[in-house]
Amino acid sequence: MTALLDIEGLTKAYPGVVANQDVSFRVQPGEVHALLGENGAGKSTLVKMIYGLVKPDRGTMRLNGAPYAPAEPRAARALGVAMVFQHFSLFEALNVAENIALGMENPPRARDLAARIAAVSETYGLPLDPFRMMGELSAGERQRVEIIRCLLQDPKLLIMDEPTSVLTPQEVEILFHTLRKLAAEGTAILYISHKLEEIRALCDTATILRLGQKVATCTPREVSAAHMAELMVGKSLSVPAREDHTPGAVLLAVSGLSVAAATPFGTTLRDLSFEVRAGEVLGIGGVAGNGQDEVLAVLSGETPTDPGAIMLQGAPVGALGPNARRGLGLLCAPEERLGHAAAPDMSLTENALLTGRLRQGLETGGFVDWAKTRGFAQDIIARFDVRTPGPWVAARALSGGNLQKFVIGREILQDPKVLVVNQPTWGVDASAAAAIRQALLDLAQGGAAVIVISQDLDELLEISDRFCALNDGRLSAPRPARGLGMEDVGLMLGGAHGMHEARV
Amino acid sequence: MIVLEKRAEPSRAWGAGGPILAVVLTMLAGGVMFAALGIDPVEAIRIIFWDPLFSERFAGYSRPQLLVKAGPLILIAIGLSMGFRAGIWNIGAEGQYIVGAICGAAFGLAFYPSENPLIFPGMVIAGVAGGVAWAMIPALLKVYARTNEILVSLLLVYVAEAMLASAATGWLRNPEGSGFPGSRNLARHPGTDNPELFAGTGMHWGVLAAFVAVIVAYVIMTRHLLGYQIRLAGQAPRAARFGGVNPARLVILCMGISGALAGAAGVFEVSGPAARISIDFNVGYGFTAIIVAFLGRLNPIGILLAGLLMALTFIGGELAQLMLGVPAPAIQAFQGMLLFFLLALDVLANYRVRIKRKVAA
Amino acid sequence: MIIDPVTLIVALITVSTPVLLAAIGELVVEKAGVLNLGVEGMMIMGAVCGFITAHHTGSPALAFVAGMAGAVALALVFAVLTQILMANQVASGLALTLFGLGLAALLGVGYSGLPVPAIARPFPEALRDIPGLGPIVFSHSILVYVSIALVAAVWIVLTRTRIGLVLRAVGENHDAAHALGYKVVRIRIAAIMFGGACAGLGGAFLSVVRVQNWIEGMTAGAGWIALALVVFASWKPWRVLLGAWLFGGIAALQLRLQAAEIGVPVALLDASPYLVTIIVLVLISSDRRRAALNAPAGLGRVFHASS
Repeated sequence: MTALLDIEGLTKAYPGVVANQDVSFRVQPGEVHALLGENGAGKSTLVKMIYGLVKPDRGTMRLNGAPYAPAEPRAARALGVAMVFQHFSLFEALNVAENIALGMENPPRARDLAARIAAVSETYGLPLDPFRMMGELSAGERQRVEIIRCLLQDPKLLIMDEPTSVLTPQEVEILFHTLRKLAAEGTAILYISHKLEEIRALCDTATILRLGQKVATCTPREVSAAHMAELMVGKSLSVPAREDHTPGAVLLAVSGLSVAAATPFGTTLRDLSFEVRAGEVLGIGGVAGNGQDEVLAVLSGETPTDPGAIMLQGAPVGALGPNARRGLGLLCAPEERLGHAAAPDMSLTENALLTGRLRQGLETGGFVDWAKTRGFAQDIIARFDVRTPGPWVAARALSGGNLQKFVIGREILQDPKVLVVNQPTWGVDASAAAAIRQALLDLAQGGAAVIVISQDLDELLEISDRFCALNDGRLSAPRPARGLGMEDVGLMLGGAHGMHEARV
Repeated sequence: MIVLEKRAEPSRAWGAGGPILAVVLTMLAGGVMFAALGIDPVEAIRIIFWDPLFSERFAGYSRPQLLVKAGPLILIAIGLSMGFRAGIWNIGAEGQYIVGAICGAAFGLAFYPSENPLIFPGMVIAGVAGGVAWAMIPALLKVYARTNEILVSLLLVYVAEAMLASAATGWLRNPEGSGFPGSRNLARHPGTDNPELFAGTGMHWGVLAAFVAVIVAYVIMTRHLLGYQIRLAGQAPRAARFGGVNPARLVILCMGISGALAGAAGVFEVSGPAARISIDFNVGYGFTAIIVAFLGRLNPIGILLAGLLMALTFIGGELAQLMLGVPAPAIQAFQGMLLFFLLALDVLANYRVRIKRKVAA
Repeated sequence: MIIDPVTLIVALITVSTPVLLAAIGELVVEKAGVLNLGVEGMMIMGAVCGFITAHHTGSPALAFVAGMAGAVALALVFAVLTQILMANQVASGLALTLFGLGLAALLGVGYSGLPVPAIARPFPEALRDIPGLGPIVFSHSILVYVSIALVAAVWIVLTRTRIGLVLRAVGENHDAAHALGYKVVRIRIAAIMFGGACAGLGGAFLSVVRVQNWIEGMTAGAGWIALALVVFASWKPWRVLLGAWLFGGIAALQLRLQAAEIGVPVALLDASPYLVTIIVLVLISSDRRRAALNAPAGLGRVFHASS
């Protein structure tokens, strides 16, 4: 039998890094094929070559036995290769039908297209209203738009890049149902992920990449998750260690906090209430776009609120700005590393000054003590194992994991009373992620209160003492994290978004 | 195939070399323009760039003019550069310059014919206040009504020009001027004059103020927290807010500084080289200063050099007009070209040019 | 009655046409995600090229083509700087205006006061002589009708066609558009050139039809007002027409008030079109949600394909 897609010796190098080296594998029609690897293992580059976004330096691809070298995504689509991106290629100010039409070569008239969208969404159990604005949709609904856009082209091969990272567990079930149905109809699916249990549940075959090279092909149902993890990472990872303890006094208390959305597509925070104690890690879970950024902005002081809505050690801080809160010991690390937590074009020294000015005494009478600031930056680099030639390097020159270590380290070294982090390990390789989690646990162990906002539920259940869910700007009541199952967490996250309201 | 590849860090060599290469390329392109006008390009370039400084015939007059022309350009450009670095685009410095001059002149003329030595400092304060007030209109509208400061500050230039016309023909007109438009001569009246401080140098109080502004701006931008906040807000606005920078305060501050310096430049000009308020008092320093700010790469020292160079093109341009009949607007086009080349070469500071061989597919 | 409403409306339409043309072009440019602050420079290039051609050839049609060509040449410089060399759009736009004003003045040396041919009017005299309606609707030169048709055409293209959809998509999110395989840079360059052609046509109308003379700096901020109109219109074509007429009305009215000598200071009347533009901008911008919703999300951002 001819393989649908046959990849032979694909190599792609960028200056200073080989993204893929001599990668070969085959995908059969109707097969769900996993592409497994850590962040930076080369999965994205590989599928971009298949989708025509990147040209390989060496190697060949065959589609249905015929040579396949798409010059651009258009050519790939014409040959039946479709792709759902991790970061959706969607346009917020356009409606669903317009977004779908943009992804098609010869879209039908608006009315016919709407009818076809309705038909496909019914067949595959993906409810969607063609005339809603994209900006109003949840992350799960946006993914449905992407999938329907692909399905309208009758693809032979559907590539999905980390599709479940933005879904609730219930939404994941719906997605898997759709994918199994597609596979049964003969569509091959190339499924990129680093989540082992998912792959074991869904995929027929798995190709594992490490540092740009293929290390193994296996049948996921027949091997253990631990074995695949070892193949993926190359060594076994230590689970963060922590000792049992009793939480201390309440350090931060939020009560009845409501904030209207600042932008048309932002999230309104509704009646948030929670408290966090010394020595405790509070996990806030939720699917992207449910108010994570807004919660961080409210806690950091970027969005001021009523003074009494946020109490730090009994003192009202809601009306204070970021620096005043830092002075009192409330520190934050936002999700977006480049442009929010750090200025991309500034050196690490200058970025150390960004939040370290007050607590590290880096300024006298308005003048910056650059020598001392450089010392602080060097300290962060040394203590948190930030791989960089030195503190003069621009932030954007660092890899995601190294910059994240720098950002988290910058806050932890300032000895916070309360530390709030948003997505501390997003896009970070496994060993850096483990180091960051351990550092957060150590901080709590030392008597600080830590709030971790994350979309990675496994991470939250691993390091949190208590867990609460953020859903459409509302926060559920916190529950002890130990003993909480995925099913419970899914229900706390609001189940599947948009299933009831869509008109099909 | 030629591709541009983003550098991990901006190249320092190209950052400094870009402006120099831009000047060279402008000379070449300008030469082509002069040739097209039927003028010997080599001679034209020599007259513009060499003769004002080194020819025995003209240097005596031209050299002092260099500082006279560079003073306001540098003073205004220093103010603008701080805002530009913060991503605050005050392009209405010409208007702030005019209003500063009107306010300063009005203050001085209000005490005419007194020769009290406090009048001149009072004029400078009035001019600065006028420039700040004019700049506060776009600043406050940006902060409180989120109105685009580019458009408002620019449109206010035309309003300021209307005010200038009414001042020159109406309420500031010289009562002894037999009905001609224009105010009394401020430069020839002790008390309101901004004299040449050292004979034959062209150095007046405004030039001195420009040098002081360069030094102060350099210290602020490299050593002071305000300079850090300005750079931060310009490069990463969200990180700036996270770092505790108040964007509204920064807008008011940067617009205020640039308005103050433009207003001051207006007073020094009206009480010195221009001597009086007249309908055509403003000659575009406020706009040329934008070119100066970019040519100096928004760096105070760079602006000092760029201001001198741009002043040279003004003086040389006048000389070329006199000697070769080069039309006056040619110099303005010449300056515009310089900015084009500069912006085009900026790409080399931030991107690496690579020649890529076609991949055998 | 010192001000006749019919002649005022006729004047209003004439005065507003150059600004309308420039603004509708800039709207398309901004919808594609590009902010070109060089409208003033492109307009004055259109004015001078149009005037010179009209004088030498005696053909208004050729003059309009030349006006467009001159402005497009300038727009192309902007396109190369911002789209290929990825230069800052604000600085490049300013450079375009400064250079355009200088170059136009240079080209126009000696042309001031020279004669240009009269422009034909498309409607017969019988229609033009209808009281009231005739002058307002039928008395204009062809370009006035073209400019209004252009507004309709831009509206249809943007909202009803695939080209318009792709253009809006590019302006909304260039990375996503690139990922879908659209040629972001090419589309933007085309939009910039269209904007240049419109600004040039507006400039040529100003010198050849309305003023029938070349005066250095004759656009007098019209390009900047066109930029303000796009914001005022919340990036909607028909509102650009409304804004242009509002501006034209103020400009035409203040000229008549000056002539009537009613005691309002001349300086205030001179400044009134600019002041009214500022006031209108303030009113529009302070409506937070609406202003944000219609502005193209990618406006002014530099695009670098990095896949």
